[in-house]
Amino acid sequence: MLEMHDVSRTVDGEVHLADINFTFEAGKLYTILGRTGAGKTSLMRALMGLLPLDRGQVLLDGQDITAHPVWERKMAMVYQQFINYPHLNVLDNVAFPLRRQGVRKAEARARAREFLELVDLGSMLDRRPSQLSGGQQQRVALARALVKEARTLMLDEPLVNLDYKLREQLREQFPRILERNRNSVILYATTEPREAMQLGDEILVMHEGRILDTGPPEEIFDRPANIQVATIMGDPPISTFPGVIEGDTLRLGGGISIPGIRRALPGDGEYLVGVRPIDINIPGPIPAQVAISEVSGSETVVHLITPFGDVLMLSQGVSSYDPDERLEIGFVADNLYFFSTDGRLISAPYGEERA
Amino acid sequence: MRTVYLAIKYLALLLWSSFIVFPFLWALSTSFKDANAITSGATYIPWLQFKPSSQGWASLFSDGSTGINIVDPYINSAVVTISASLIAITLGTLAAYGLSRFEFRAGFIKNNDITFFFISQRIMPPIVLAIPFFLMLKTLGLLDTVYGLILVYVALLLPIAVWVMIDFFGNIPKELDELAMIDGCRPIGAFFRVILPNSTPGLVVAGMFCLIFGWNDFFFAFTLTFTKVQLLPVAIVSLNSSVTPWWSLSAFALISVAPLVLIAFLVENFLSKGSLAGAIR
Repeated sequence: MLEMHDVSRTVDGEVHLADINFTFEAGKLYTILGRTGAGKTSLMRALMGLLPLDRGQVLLDGQDITAHPVWERKMAMVYQQFINYPHLNVLDNVAFPLRRQGVRKAEARARAREFLELVDLGSMLDRRPSQLSGGQQQRVALARALVKEARTLMLDEPLVNLDYKLREQLREQFPRILERNRNSVILYATTEPREAMQLGDEILVMHEGRILDTGPPEEIFDRPANIQVATIMGDPPISTFPGVIEGDTLRLGGGISIPGIRRALPGDGEYLVGVRPIDINIPGPIPAQVAISEVSGSETVVHLITPFGDVLMLSQGVSSYDPDERLEIGFVADNLYFFSTDGRLISAPYGEERA
Repeated sequence: MRTVYLAIKYLALLLWSSFIVFPFLWALSTSFKDANAITSGATYIPWLQFKPSSQGWASLFSDGSTGINIVDPYINSAVVTISASLIAITLGTLAAYGLSRFEFRAGFIKNNDITFFFISQRIMPPIVLAIPFFLMLKTLGLLDTVYGLILVYVALLLPIAVWVMIDFFGNIPKELDELAMIDGCRPIGAFFRVILPNSTPGLVVAGMFCLIFGWNDFFFAFTLTFTKVQLLPVAIVSLNSSVTPWWSLSAFALISVAPLVLIAFLVENFLSKGSLAGAIR
């Protein structure tokens, strides 16, 4: 069990970590989701002992390790850059941490070989890192992190510098590869909601050095704690705009009204309304103008300008929309999110606010 | 148009190369002349313009009154230059690593100031340093000794080593040090087990510069020695007298630069291979 208590770090007025309190349980894979600069890497470096803390404590199995130097923490890490020891071949790269633990050379190499086979590099033991492709280099880094069978394994956006196909391939292999370290605390930082949901037993959503929300992936996706979490969890993100509830009618800017809102809201009044891109369809009663459309794989993301604000629509398949093209759109009213004017979740389509 | 451009380019290269190579060719030609050939005007091509003589080269390898003692200056120069270079590189590498990886602060003095302090030692004209060095060596009883010269040369070569190695370490990702520490190395272990084995190109460059500057120095070799110790540049110049044996002097000069030329050829091949590839992508 790995605990963080009130962990904070500020550099030149910029908050890297702000009062982080969290307990990571062994045997779980935690995905840390957030945009670039959200504090994901800082959190990992703080746990690792690579980032000096302004205040706070890090505990491993109840023991305070805050003052322990990195080489005593017995943790493992994979960087987003493909970092390996250039002067060692693949086998000795992976055997390196074992040798530092005092494992005899022959045994260290035997164990290293076993883990290299796990990451499908069993035939490249004698090569130098510079002789490998990016994906293979990252597999070496992964094998070196795994071979220690450390209590805490951290993966800092390990796939971000790989091309799309390799990323998909390695992501699919991760559950099998990580199985050997299943008794460890595994932290996996990513900027991609899909990756976070696919891999994580639990997700931590971070923004500006704070943990905004934590929980199982489906729970966070269906019932985000607030607008920021809802935005970070969606790809493409949820669109939000102000609206007023009067009885069962939602009134939006530009004189647009959507009747038939059957939701348990605290009462009439102002809310921030959220609609996921998948819940916008054509045709409907709302006039909209196309700003741009982007084809993303087998989907098309359309940026729309409406009388009450900009919204994103996701349509399946490759669709062609011209800039300035006028459309008439509608919302799936039952799938709307309602947030308070300060951004807290009031009502989600899949249940009410979490405790 | 392209042909004209190429012609101009190659002509410029040829002119510059001639300018660089000419002193060597002149020395080589002169080393095969005798007194008559030297005094009969500017000639360059043996057999066609003058009759070659081995007198200059023979004087370097003969004993007695006709011979020139090149062995002692050669050994002295080698001992002083190699020792000072090794010490300077060892200290310079450690200093450069410290300055590139750790933050030092003493009042307003920070890492960049310390780095500049090292480099500033080479900015001052040597004459400014000559008297302090002379007085220090005299006080220590090290004037006209190999040890005194080694001490002075370490001070002169250290800035070069620090300068080259700081730049080199700056290009090694800090994550490599971190990775070594994550894998169980202490900072000193990370340096010796990971950073140093990957620093060979930088060490070679720093070593080459130290050897060149140390080997070629005349000023301090001249001002800090008298009769007991003589280094190569001083020995060459001491051949200059009322009747300068230009043939011997030229042969001596050529044989004194031979080790540097050899090192340059050996190192050139090594430096063309980037051995840091694969550290980080």
